[in-house]
Amino acid sequence: MDINVKINGKNMTFEIDADDYLSETLRKYGYMSIRKGCDTSSCGLCTVWLGGKPVLSCSTLSVRANGAEITTIEGVQKEAEEFASFLVAEGAEQCGFCSPGFIMTVLAMKRELSNPSEAEIKNYLNGNLCRCTGYMGQLRALKKYMGVE
Amino acid sequence: MISIREYELVDSLEQAHEILLKNRFNTIIGGGAFLRLGSKKINKAIDLSKLKLDYIEEDEHEIRIGAMVTLRQLETSSALLENFSGAVAESLKHIVGVQLRNIVTVGATVYSRYGFSDPITALLALETYVDLYKGGRMSLDEFLENGSPRDILTQIVIKKGVDKASFKMLRNSAGDYAILNVCAAAKDGSIRIAAGARPARAKIAKAASEFISASELSEENIDRAAQMAAEELDFGSNMRASADYRRQMCRVLVKRALMEV
Repeated sequence: MDINVKINGKNMTFEIDADDYLSETLRKYGYMSIRKGCDTSSCGLCTVWLGGKPVLSCSTLSVRANGAEITTIEGVQKEAEEFASFLVAEGAEQCGFCSPGFIMTVLAMKRELSNPSEAEIKNYLNGNLCRCTGYMGQLRALKKYMGVE
Repeated sequence: MISIREYELVDSLEQAHEILLKNRFNTIIGGGAFLRLGSKKINKAIDLSKLKLDYIEEDEHEIRIGAMVTLRQLETSSALLENFSGAVAESLKHIVGVQLRNIVTVGATVYSRYGFSDPITALLALETYVDLYKGGRMSLDEFLENGSPRDILTQIVIKKGVDKASFKMLRNSAGDYAILNVCAAAKDGSIRIAAGARPARAKIAKAASEFISASELSEENIDRAAQMAAEELDFGSNMRASADYRRQMCRVLVKRALMEV
């Protein structure tokens, strides 16, 4: 079956099976920033925006994206680069494997929450795992990027 | 790994129910996230997305929640934050991450009667009903006990008037399934205590609820009610905790919840 999506501002048609999940479909069509991590809804590596909201593409049926707008990190490159500079400044990036999913969640949080507390930031990012950094550098970078104490 | 042979985006509940009854491998899908973790073979996946079941409505007596509302919608809904001491919202915010909560629907969570569910425990302590396409309205308590096979959950109704509620849970690590969860809610002079993730599905601690409802809320009575709840409920062991540990923690969480209502 075919689904029609608007991905990063571009109209596309994807050919899918009824049981395909979005991470597989996006990677099949060349969106390789979508990392395949845990595949069990735990790590956040595959985060994209569906209709402007962050979702786990490994746990979203591709068919559910029919008629919707999808944003991957390629679609928010400028903002992503800006936040990445904060990560670099705080030594908060090591292997970088989790970065696309992490950055997509951070940018969604910036749109959704104004002046969040540390507890709100941690809660929002609960679904993004990083096995290198220990999170403290990321938290410092995030607070500076968001302009919160 | 799940497999889905066909997919149908239905136009009405009637159509959905007809398709559901045609083949025992036809299934209503909610968010589809938990499906992925199993190995179900689905002949036809029935999608209710077009039926406008993603509403949260509030009047002076109740809050009505459509089956396709996501957990994140519930968590951030002013109706849920401003009522029940925020206990429903509290039960949701520990579930993995925002990205998953943007997918998972409340209808699928409740209909599946998942034992590990946090919101089911919170809803059970409140006065909650489920509306089923064929089965009509049923208390959540009764639904959790008996289910309603080959039916469609259309909405959840929570009656207002709760004076205070408190949700408590215990996890080995943030984002993991709960080892145990507890909710206590006070309404019209009585208190209901529910416990879930035991790891079986949530249940009311009836004797403890009756005792504390008829007693003064002193520390001594709270201790006794917490002990009663731990003794009357059944607990099991799994990779997260033993039955004995859950029983011990039940006493602790019930006490903490009762201290707040």
